[in-house]
Amino acid sequence: MASQARIRPSEFGIVEKLGKLNWALVTVLALLGCVGYLVLYSAGGGSHEPWAWRHGVRLVFGLGVMLVVALVDIRFWFRWAYVFYALAFAMLLGVEIVGELSKGAQRWIDLGLFQLQPSELMKVGLVLCLARYFHSAYLDEVKSLFFLAVPLVCIALPAVLVLKQPDLGTSVMLVGCGAALLFLAGVRLWKFGLAIAAVAAALPVAWASLHDYQRQRVLTFLDPETDPLGAGYHIIQSKIALGSGGVWGKGFLQGSQAQLSFLPEKQTDFAFTMLAEEAGFAGALVVLLLCLAVVALSLVVALRCSHQFGRLLAMGIAVNFFLYVLINVAMVTGLIPVVGVPLPMISYGGTAMITTLLGFGLVLSVDVHHTTNIPRFPTDL
Amino acid sequence: MQHHAADRTKSFTRRALFVGVAQTALFGLLAGRLWQLQVDEAPRYSLLAEENRVSQRLTVPPRGRIFDRNGVVLAKNTPSYRVRIIRENTRDLEATLASLARLLPLDQRQIDEIIRTARTQRAFLPVLVREGLDWEEVTAVAVHSPHLPGVVLDSTLLRTYPQGEVLAHVLGYVGPPNKEEQAADPDPLLRLPEFRIGKNGIEHSYDRELRGRAGRRRVEVNAIGREIRELDRDDGEPGHDVRLSLDMELQQFCYERLSSELSASSVVVDVNSGAVLALASVPSFDPTAFLGRLSHQQWKEWRDSPRTPLVNKCIRGQYPPGSTFKMVVALAALEAGLVTPGYDVFCGGFTSLGNARFHCWKSHGRMALFEAISQSCDVYFYDLARRVGVDGIAAMSRRFGLGSPLGIDIPGEQPGLVPTSQWKRDTLGEPWQRGETLVIGIGQGFMLTTPLQLAIMTARMCNGGRAVEPWFVRDAREPLPEFGSIGVSKVNLDLVLEGMHRVVNAQRGTAHRHRLALPEVQMGGKTGTSQVRRITRAERAAGLHKRRDRPWEHRHHALFVCYAPTKAPRYAISVIVEHGQSGSAAAAPIARDIMLKVLELDPSGRSLSVSL
Repeated sequence: MASQARIRPSEFGIVEKLGKLNWALVTVLALLGCVGYLVLYSAGGGSHEPWAWRHGVRLVFGLGVMLVVALVDIRFWFRWAYVFYALAFAMLLGVEIVGELSKGAQRWIDLGLFQLQPSELMKVGLVLCLARYFHSAYLDEVKSLFFLAVPLVCIALPAVLVLKQPDLGTSVMLVGCGAALLFLAGVRLWKFGLAIAAVAAALPVAWASLHDYQRQRVLTFLDPETDPLGAGYHIIQSKIALGSGGVWGKGFLQGSQAQLSFLPEKQTDFAFTMLAEEAGFAGALVVLLLCLAVVALSLVVALRCSHQFGRLLAMGIAVNFFLYVLINVAMVTGLIPVVGVPLPMISYGGTAMITTLLGFGLVLSVDVHHTTNIPRFPTDL
Repeated sequence: MQHHAADRTKSFTRRALFVGVAQTALFGLLAGRLWQLQVDEAPRYSLLAEENRVSQRLTVPPRGRIFDRNGVVLAKNTPSYRVRIIRENTRDLEATLASLARLLPLDQRQIDEIIRTARTQRAFLPVLVREGLDWEEVTAVAVHSPHLPGVVLDSTLLRTYPQGEVLAHVLGYVGPPNKEEQAADPDPLLRLPEFRIGKNGIEHSYDRELRGRAGRRRVEVNAIGREIRELDRDDGEPGHDVRLSLDMELQQFCYERLSSELSASSVVVDVNSGAVLALASVPSFDPTAFLGRLSHQQWKEWRDSPRTPLVNKCIRGQYPPGSTFKMVVALAALEAGLVTPGYDVFCGGFTSLGNARFHCWKSHGRMALFEAISQSCDVYFYDLARRVGVDGIAAMSRRFGLGSPLGIDIPGEQPGLVPTSQWKRDTLGEPWQRGETLVIGIGQGFMLTTPLQLAIMTARMCNGGRAVEPWFVRDAREPLPEFGSIGVSKVNLDLVLEGMHRVVNAQRGTAHRHRLALPEVQMGGKTGTSQVRRITRAERAAGLHKRRDRPWEHRHHALFVCYAPTKAPRYAISVIVEHGQSGSAAAAPIARDIMLKVLELDPSGRSLSVSL
C-alpha cells in the first residue's frame, strides 16, 4: 500500500488520455459486439428476448469497464498484477472447493448481470502475472531453466485446476496463452520442443485421466458419423448449417438449421455457425477479418510500446482473444473436438465478454501509456 | 543495461511479428476451411439442410365407392366426427378433459388413459379423445369450443356398407394393414396409420383401384418434428369407383329368401358372360363390426357357430354334389359313345356289386336317359358310372369347372375335389375300389363341389358348352373374352338339358311341384340330396335315414341347380341348403323363387306379368 503512494502523477489528464485512446480498436470491438447482438436477435427467433437484450446491456457495461481500465495508469496495473493473479486464483480455488464440497458442478459466482467464472478472469490474471514477471527479467535470465520454474508453476496451477472442473477448452487456452508469453519473453525454441515432447509422452496418461464424456467427444470428433443422433449430432448439424449457408448465406432470420433448432447451442458455442449460415461465407469472412483486425491492432500496440510489461500484456491479451476465435471456429467447422469455447463478443455469455473487454482495456491502457517509463523494480514507480 | 534492453526489444519485436504471422496464417486456415464447407461442399450440405427442414406428410385419399350393376351404392365413405386434444394448447389438460366429460360419455379410466398418452408424446401432437360422435355430441362440443382450449373437432372418413350383412361376404371389409401387407406393397399409403386396406372380398381384390394415390404435403419441420408451415401440397388421387356385375335387388331377395333356412347359399350367374348376379350366403355378419373394436365374445360366437356366419359358403363351402352331378356322368357316357339316349336300365331299388348293395331312393323300374335324370334314378347312374369308370367321369367333371378354383375375383375360393384313381393312390395310398366309382356316379363319396362351381357347371351345360368363368368386375372398355368350347357336343348337351327340363316340367319330375307358373318361360333343373354321413345298414333297416327328427347336423344337404329360360338360356342358379334334408323339398322352391325374381328383373322379361 505504501508503494502506491510513490506512483508519480500521470503525465496526462483524462481528456488527453481519451484523445490518445486507440479508437480503431474500440470501434472494431464494439462492431463485433453489435454483430453478436444481431446473431443473438436471430437466435431468439427474431426477438430481443431472451439473449440479445442482455447481450447488449453487457456490451455497454463491458465497453464502460474497458474505457475505465484504459484510462487507469499502466503503472497501477503493473503494481497490482500479482495481486490480480492471486485474487483470480483464490476465486478459482474457492469455487473448486465449494463445488467439490457441494458435489455440484457450479463453477461460477452469480453477479446478477452475469455469472462470473473465475477461470475466465484467470486468463487476464495470468497474462498480467507473466507480463510483470518477465518485465523484470533480463534476456539472459530468461535463458535459465531455473528462472522459468516460477512462470511455469503460475501457468500450471490454474491450468490443472480448470482442467479438473472439467473445462478442457479453457485449460488449453491458459497453457497456449502462457506458452505464447514465454516465447515472446525470449524462451529458446528448443525448450518448447522439449515441452512438446514431454506432452506427447504424457498423452497416454492424460487420456486415462480424461472424463468419459471428454473421451467421447474426442472419439466422435475423429468420426462424427458413427453417432449421428448422439454425440456427433452437434458437429454434423453445425457443418450442415455452415455448408448450406453457401457464399452469401440464407439471409437474416432465414437460417433453417438454426431457426428450426437443428443447430444446438446456437446462442453460445455455435453462434458463429448461426452467423455463417445466415450471412454465408462472406459474412463469416468479415467477422474473421474483424477478429484479425483486433489481433493486428493489438500487435501494433505491443510493437510501439516502450516497456516490456506493456508489450507482453498487449500480446498476451491478443493471443488470448486469438485462441478464443481459433478454437471456437475450428470447433464449429469440425477441425477439432467440441471443447466448449465460446466466440468472444458474439456468443451469449457474460464472463467471456466482460473479461475480453477488461483485457482489451489493459491493451488500450498500454497504448495510452506506451511511453510511460516502468522501471524494472516496482520500488522505483 | 541499455544494451540488454535493446536486445530484449529486438527479440520481442522479432518474435511478436512471428506470432502475428502465425496468427494470420491460422486465420487463413480457418477461412480456407470455411471456403471448403461453404463454397466447395455447399451443394451437398444444402441438400442435407433441405432434408432436415422439409418433411413429406402423406394424406390418405378417399377410397373409391362400390356400386352394383344399376348404380346402387354398396360401399361408401361417411364422415365420422372425432374429438382430439392438443396438450400444448390447453391451459390445464385435466380441467379441459373434465369439461369435455360433461359433454361426452367419458369415464375416469378413459380420461386417465388420454392424459397418460398426452404426457408421453410431443405436446403439439393431438391425442384422440373420442370418435364416432353423434350429431348432438358434435353440436355440444362445437358450442362449448371457446371454453375448451386445445380441443379439436374434426371429421374423418369411415368406410360404411349400406347393405350391411347382405353383402358382407362379397364386399369384405377394410382394416389397418398388417406387417405382411406392408412388406409386400411399397405403396407409401400402407405406412400411414389412418390408411385402411381391403381385407377380404371385393375390397381386397380391387384394393389397388379403390385406394387411390396418396396426397403429399411438404411441410417445414423443426428439429423435434413440429410443423412450422406448409410448403406445397399435392392432393393425390381419390380411389376409383368399382361397379359390380351384381344386382343388389336380386342379392337382397336371395339373402332374404335363403334366410328361411338356418344355413344356406345361392349363386346366380349369367350363362353367357359368367357375370355373377347374386352370391348370397346365410347367415352373415355385420361388416361394420370389424371397423370398430370387435368384442371377443362376438368374434367367438361367429367363429364357433355351426352355421358358419363368417364363411362365404358360395365359394368356400364344399359339398358332395349328389344328384346334381348326374348330368356330368350322363355326358361322360354319351360322349364316350358307351350309351345312347334309348339305352335303358332296370331299377329294382338297388344294384349289387360283389357282396355290397348300392341303394336307389326308390324302385323306378325300367329307366332310359330322360326318365333317369328327371326321376333321379341312382341305379341307372350306378350302371353308367361303372361303364365310364372314375377317370372318365373326372375328366368330364373338369370340363365343367369342377375340382379346381374358377378364379372368381374375390379371395378364398375353394377347389372342391374331383377324385381319380391316381388321386386316391397319391393321397390315401390305396387302390381305387370299384364300388367307389358307383358312389361317384351319384355325386357322393369323395366328390366335393362349391355352390359357385355348380352354378358355372349348369351355365356351361346350357350355354352351348362354352367355358364361362365367374366374375364381379370387368373393365367396361374391354369386350368380354371369347370363352372357348369345353369340347362337348351340342347334341349330347341338348339331351341332358331335355332331361333337366323334364325334372321340372314332366309330371313325374322330382321338382315338378316347383315349376315356374309362367305361360311362356320354363326352367330346367336338377335336384340333389347329398349325404353328410354314411347311412348305416341298421339305420336303413329301421327307416331312420328318412326321419325328420334326426339331429340337424346329421341331416342331408339339399341341393338344386337350374337354368332358364329353357328355349334360350340366360341364367343359371345353384342353391344349397345345409342339412335341408331334401333337394326337391328344401332347395328347389328357393331356387324357383329366385329364378322368378331373376326373370322379373331381366330387362327383356320386365314385360312378363309375374306374380309371386
